[in-house]
Amino acid sequence: MPASPFEKAVLPHLNAAYNLARWLTRNDHDAEDVVQDAYLRALRFFGGFRGDDGRAWLLAIVRNTCYDFLRSHRPQELTEAFDEEVHTTVDNDQSPETVLIRRADQAMVRRAVETLPLPLREVIILRELEGLSYKEIADASGIKIGTVMSRLARARARLQQLLGSDAPREIGG
Amino acid sequence: MNCPEVRNLVHASLDGELDLMRQMEIDDHLRQCDACQTIYESHVALRSALKADGVYFTAPADLERRIRAVVRTAAAPRRWWSAVFPAPGLTVAAATAAIIIAVIAGPLLSRRSQGDQLAHEVVSAHIRSLMPGHLTDVLSSDQHTVKPWFAGKLDFSPPVVDLTDAEFPLVGGRLDYVDNRPIAALAYRRREHIINLFVWPSPSNTDVPETLEQGQGYNALSWTRDHTNFWAVSDLNASELRQFAQLVRDRTSG
Repeated sequence: MPASPFEKAVLPHLNAAYNLARWLTRNDHDAEDVVQDAYLRALRFFGGFRGDDGRAWLLAIVRNTCYDFLRSHRPQELTEAFDEEVHTTVDNDQSPETVLIRRADQAMVRRAVETLPLPLREVIILRELEGLSYKEIADASGIKIGTVMSRLARARARLQQLLGSDAPREIGG
Repeated sequence: MNCPEVRNLVHASLDGELDLMRQMEIDDHLRQCDACQTIYESHVALRSALKADGVYFTAPADLERRIRAVVRTAAAPRRWWSAVFPAPGLTVAAATAAIIIAVIAGPLLSRRSQGDQLAHEVVSAHIRSLMPGHLTDVLSSDQHTVKPWFAGKLDFSPPVVDLTDAEFPLVGGRLDYVDNRPIAALAYRRREHIINLFVWPSPSNTDVPETLEQGQGYNALSWTRDHTNFWAVSDLNASELRQFAQLVRDRTSG
């Protein structure tokens, strides 16, 4: 059977879909389940897709499917304390000599990103690993561009602390 | 531009979100200010750490094939009305379809609320079955052990199919009580997910196509065929549950 327009538009972005689902659910099987469900949702809404960027469109659906999954299976992860009002003063007050990142191995980086609260993890994955613009992240996550910026700054500050040269040794395992 | 301003804009600069003028001002400042330059470099270092091999998760090898399969299965039944109206896209046909739907929807409404009640019952039965020791009365992955076990306990003989080859191994069977009568419940497994298949005779001789209900984090698929009601309930995703239901239908027909 030849590939349908739907398959041509979204199947090439399977790795992006899986990467995002895996980072948000932090579990292989859950990520596979979520991605399958997201593709079925995408199929249902494909009539409303106007065809310029299948990737950002699909990632928005994957992101929402992840949240629905977490809401029904692990609601505590969505209600974890996350204070939007804490701004990035930490980042700006950072003294220059603390900021150089040690050569970090991939397991260490993964662990550090996994410890981020869900809203921060989401923006850092969409920006750094999927290359979405601020506008695309704002649309996918249903937040304002200003919120994207403050969350990114906080996520980066947190990762700098976890991976930086003065980070506690045990993070490296 | 002063240091606090630069440090506020360093993220937007790094992410290519600044206009050219602002970007040039930042670049000028970074050339003259070691402190800000160090901060900028630390963000660049973080970025390259995130881009390192092994941070990005790539999809398992067979996921694309599986998604292609479920997408094609899901897309196929949407053509039911093109069989009724062979010339697709006719507005007259669409209008006729709308009228037909309006006419048949009335009688379906009462069935619907009855269906909601049943969905609630089977999901409750499913949740009860997951409590320790409640899943099976007869623990066996062998359909030839499970099926005879029901004889004498029920006034009908439930179909029991083996789906181990399709990675839905049978776990066992038990008696349950749904729709005001004793019924057969068969437990299957998909990875760590349990699927309960509830089976009992239908008084009607009308077949009812598969219907999905979702709630409380569970998916419930129901259909009626050959005078038998089937409900498959699980926290498994809807697409794999549909695949399960299709296999049950394929192997209980004829």
